[in-house]
Amino acid sequence: MNTEHIVKSFDDDLKKIESLIVEMGGLVETQIIDAITALIRHDHELGKRVLAKDVRIDDLELAVDAAVVRTLVLRQPKAQDLRAVIAVLKVAGNLERIGDYAKNIAKRSAVLGDIRSVGSSDTVLRGMSRIVQEMLKDVLDAYVARDITTADQVRLRDEDVDQMHNTLFRELLTYMMEDPRSITPCMHLLFIAKNIERMGDHTTGIAEQVHYIIAGSVPDDERPKHDVTSLALLEGDGTNGSSSSTL
Amino acid sequence: MQEPVYVETLSVKSVHDEVKPVISAKDVTVSYADKVALNSVTLNVPANQVTSLIGPSGCGKTTFLRCLNRMNDLIDICRVRGEIIVAGQNIYDPAVDVVTLRAHVGMVFQKANPFPKSIFENVAYGLRIHNMAASKSELEDRVELSLKRAGLWDEVSDRLNDTGTGLSGGQQQRLCIARTIAVEPQVVLMDEPCSALDPVATARIEELIDDLREKFTIIIVTHSMHQAARISQSTAFFHMGELVEHGPTEKIFTTPKDTRTESYITGRIG
Repeated sequence: MNTEHIVKSFDDDLKKIESLIVEMGGLVETQIIDAITALIRHDHELGKRVLAKDVRIDDLELAVDAAVVRTLVLRQPKAQDLRAVIAVLKVAGNLERIGDYAKNIAKRSAVLGDIRSVGSSDTVLRGMSRIVQEMLKDVLDAYVARDITTADQVRLRDEDVDQMHNTLFRELLTYMMEDPRSITPCMHLLFIAKNIERMGDHTTGIAEQVHYIIAGSVPDDERPKHDVTSLALLEGDGTNGSSSSTL
Repeated sequence: MQEPVYVETLSVKSVHDEVKPVISAKDVTVSYADKVALNSVTLNVPANQVTSLIGPSGCGKTTFLRCLNRMNDLIDICRVRGEIIVAGQNIYDPAVDVVTLRAHVGMVFQKANPFPKSIFENVAYGLRIHNMAASKSELEDRVELSLKRAGLWDEVSDRLNDTGTGLSGGQQQRLCIARTIAVEPQVVLMDEPCSALDPVATARIEELIDDLREKFTIIIVTHSMHQAARISQSTAFFHMGELVEHGPTEKIFTTPKDTRTESYITGRIG
């Protein structure tokens, strides 16, 4: 369904919404890369720029909301048009949250001081963020191209991010048990890993919205969830350090 | 009275699967001389629901509506083939009395057309010709009931002897609805009943239609897709004499199956 509307200005409204999402998405992608770079390179100036740029993302979300309300009132969209307009409300919300996580990482990078990494955290965080950033890029391309296959593939890739998060969780737990002085940096690094893991979840949420726009239904299969860190202490006895073995 | 199954969920499959159709059209083809206006339409209309017929001008929706109470008989060059069953009877059976049929299947037109008589007589007319009132008091009661059902009683109860044509456009249309439902039809056909009315009068008619479906089955032709979406439980989309798609209104307006339906309802060049 790519034919134009009889009322041309309706097409203009939809294009405007799409361009806002694309701009927001591009900005969020950059924020992810910059936040992790600021962390790994100890680049505080870059970290500050990440914090400052988040305001623009928040503004764009408000602009999307306003454009959606305007389109609903003036055009009363139906079928695929309605789905496209409704879904972007959620997509903008997802992007804004991802932006917030990037901001959070930038804030923590300042707190971490001279500690660059613990164990393989450097590599794992970089790897996780790269996957999430690529997922985000692909899902935005899928949104613009209305490509349901790519959107569905993006959903599945979140599994890799979850697995890396689990691995890092396990590793940092052992460091913390070995040396209590590492608890503070390890906790910050774990929160950063969790932030990236949540970015992956939000990107998956966007992929589901893209699927909805195209197919008119959300994907009915349950997405595989591999983040088991929240179960760590529940399954282990929590007293002798065996909890990590449950992962 | 049969309770409509439709509520407001997406799973409205039951509307079409379980509710017994009050009208069943099979393979209906209508031609005006050599021109085929409706091509092999098969459609089941569920009871006690509002069914909207939508589609671009000339798509055959009004032609189909007019088949349902044999209004097309009035056009010499019109030929109807196929079968239309209303309440178990084929209405094109030669034995069917058209006057009785039209009492069972009433019609409200685009432009309000009250008789040039009093408000009371407009409603009483059908009751008289069908001998539906045994006494003057019963006639008065039935007129009052119809006017109440049509939401007009409070506005006209003190001037029943005034002429019907003196009412406002919206009131005239409600008077015509009262006249139609006075003879207790099973089905009420409406051909663009609000197209000549302002938004307030339209809202009143829409509210009335929603109330009426408790007792009657309503089939409405409308050019306003928003109206179809607001008031009907099932929607049929016609295009170039063909019934393209029929289903729960919610489904037609959110996830239509056919690209022609999608193009039409989203306002695209299709």
